Amino acid sequence: MLLVIALLGIGTTFNVASATIKSATNTFDRSAAIEEGKQIFLKGCSSCHGLNAEGGAIAPSLIGVGAASVDFQVGTGRMPMADMSTQAVRKAPVYNAEQTAALAAYVATLAPGPKIPTDAQLNYERDGSTAEGGELFRNNCAMCHNFAGQGGALTQGKYAPTLMGVEPKYIYEALITGPQSMPVFSDKTITPAEKLSLIKWIKSAEAEPNLGGATMGRIGPVTEGLLAWILGLGLLIAVAVWLTMKAR
Amino acid sequence: MRTVSNEIESIKDPGPAPHVLRAADVNPRSEKRAEQQVAILFALSGVGSLLLIYSYVFVAKDVFIFIPVMGNQNAQQLGLGIGMAMSLFFVGMAAIHWAKTLMPETEVINYRHEFRSSDEDREDLIKTVKEGVAGVQLGRRKLIKRAMAASMGLFALPPVLLLRDLGPLPKKQLETTNWKSGTRLVTDPGNRPILASDLEVGAVVQTLPAVADSEHRPLSDIAKDPVLLIRLRPEEFNLTSEKLAMTHEGIIAFSKICSHMGCAVALYEQTTKHLLCPCHQSTFDVTRGAKVIFGPAARPLPQLDITVDAQGYLIARAPFSESVGPSYWERNSQ
Repeated sequence: MLLVIALLGIGTTFNVASATIKSATNTFDRSAAIEEGKQIFLKGCSSCHGLNAEGGAIAPSLIGVGAASVDFQVGTGRMPMADMSTQAVRKAPVYNAEQTAALAAYVATLAPGPKIPTDAQLNYERDGSTAEGGELFRNNCAMCHNFAGQGGALTQGKYAPTLMGVEPKYIYEALITGPQSMPVFSDKTITPAEKLSLIKWIKSAEAEPNLGGATMGRIGPVTEGLLAWILGLGLLIAVAVWLTMKAR
Repeated sequence: MRTVSNEIESIKDPGPAPHVLRAADVNPRSEKRAEQQVAILFALSGVGSLLLIYSYVFVAKDVFIFIPVMGNQNAQQLGLGIGMAMSLFFVGMAAIHWAKTLMPETEVINYRHEFRSSDEDREDLIKTVKEGVAGVQLGRRKLIKRAMAASMGLFALPPVLLLRDLGPLPKKQLETTNWKSGTRLVTDPGNRPILASDLEVGAVVQTLPAVADSEHRPLSDIAKDPVLLIRLRPEEFNLTSEKLAMTHEGIIAFSKICSHMGCAVALYEQTTKHLLCPCHQSTFDVTRGAKVIFGPAARPLPQLDITVDAQGYLIARAPFSESVGPSYWERNSQ
């Protein structure tokens, strides 16, 4: 009996000890990343967002925006902004994947916020439904991003960007963090499974072949009408002039 | 002294303008060239037809080619389109060029003649009509006459009856929605009830009134019931106390149907707190109770009075106090 207790005791101690070691290495890696992220933040972000990410006159506070927000803004090159125009535009990212992860880890320590989705959470091919995604898209996204996900105009020069070619991770992060003009679509009201359906629908719209010829931006009657009026009517006028010209 | 005549001197008929000969009429080389041009145009039309046939028969449906400016194009559709355009356009162009350059074009005078038929023809027609009327024998065949009158009268009734389909009048349908006191707000799609804590600041949710699982939601209800939930920081509101009492912990609910033309207003800019209608750019300021700040809408979006029930789910405290959606005859624009 004593032996059993002793054995149990040794086993438990060993388990606890090994677990402590494991988490210690994790903590060490994480704290190194957080420290690196803090250095990047102080150099690259603090001039606008403040030394403690408290925000300023020209930039919002980053306390509580979460790792997902940093990954989206920095990973798509929107942050740091090139100029203080109406909207941060997508461009080649300034920081590499490792630096972005470090920044995200640092900002995540400021206050709890949305986490970066893992690859396992983003298996939209398996977990999504295109039909459900289409319904969600028409209800929630189509007003700004256009019914074919091509993007559209907002007010005062702002715009909703195109969704074509956007990585599933960034679509997911945009939904949970609500970057810039975009509102937040909470996990409780559009569940993670529904978000994957949305992504699956967007990907299927992206893969849609242009069987009907030129798409003209897929933005509806504006470009089509403009083209018909200018090219079509122009051609008709030219033909009418030629018809009534006397042969010499 | 000369007397001024009141008579206006009649303008002399100048006659047709002097005929100008075309190059092809006088120069055999020009004539030859015009002939060749027409032939080339016909040939181009033929090439277009062949291109159409080739694209239809030999080009696979899923082949895409890159065209500068236009981007990736479906090769078959492009071939069909260009082929048909060429075959139609150039056959017309050839015919007109032919007529303009080579066919005779001397001016000819065609005098107008009187339209009136000859007297014999007119008398002949009157006689035929009279004979026809006599042959119907309406004066003698009283039974047929009455039966015909009755059937013609009845014949006029069905169209009058079908006017009924213009009705019935909508009665209260335009004024009421399915929101009642205590109706839960549920997600659309999904039909899940919503906790106030489900919404982060800056979140929006499209909602509909809850229906029992067994019940079917008619499409016409989806046209008037949708409500948009938006969560702000409570201090961001700039509302009258009664409108503020209709919100719940920073969550404000508006009808999603535009007060201008009934489009779905759901273009929400988180940064400016503006709600836009994608159809005509009416802009509503959420912080001021959807006050119209731009665009053709004449009045704010109706606000739904919301609160939470015992389990913490969001419910309507009261139905909408006004009709949702655009103006109609009995509802003015204010």
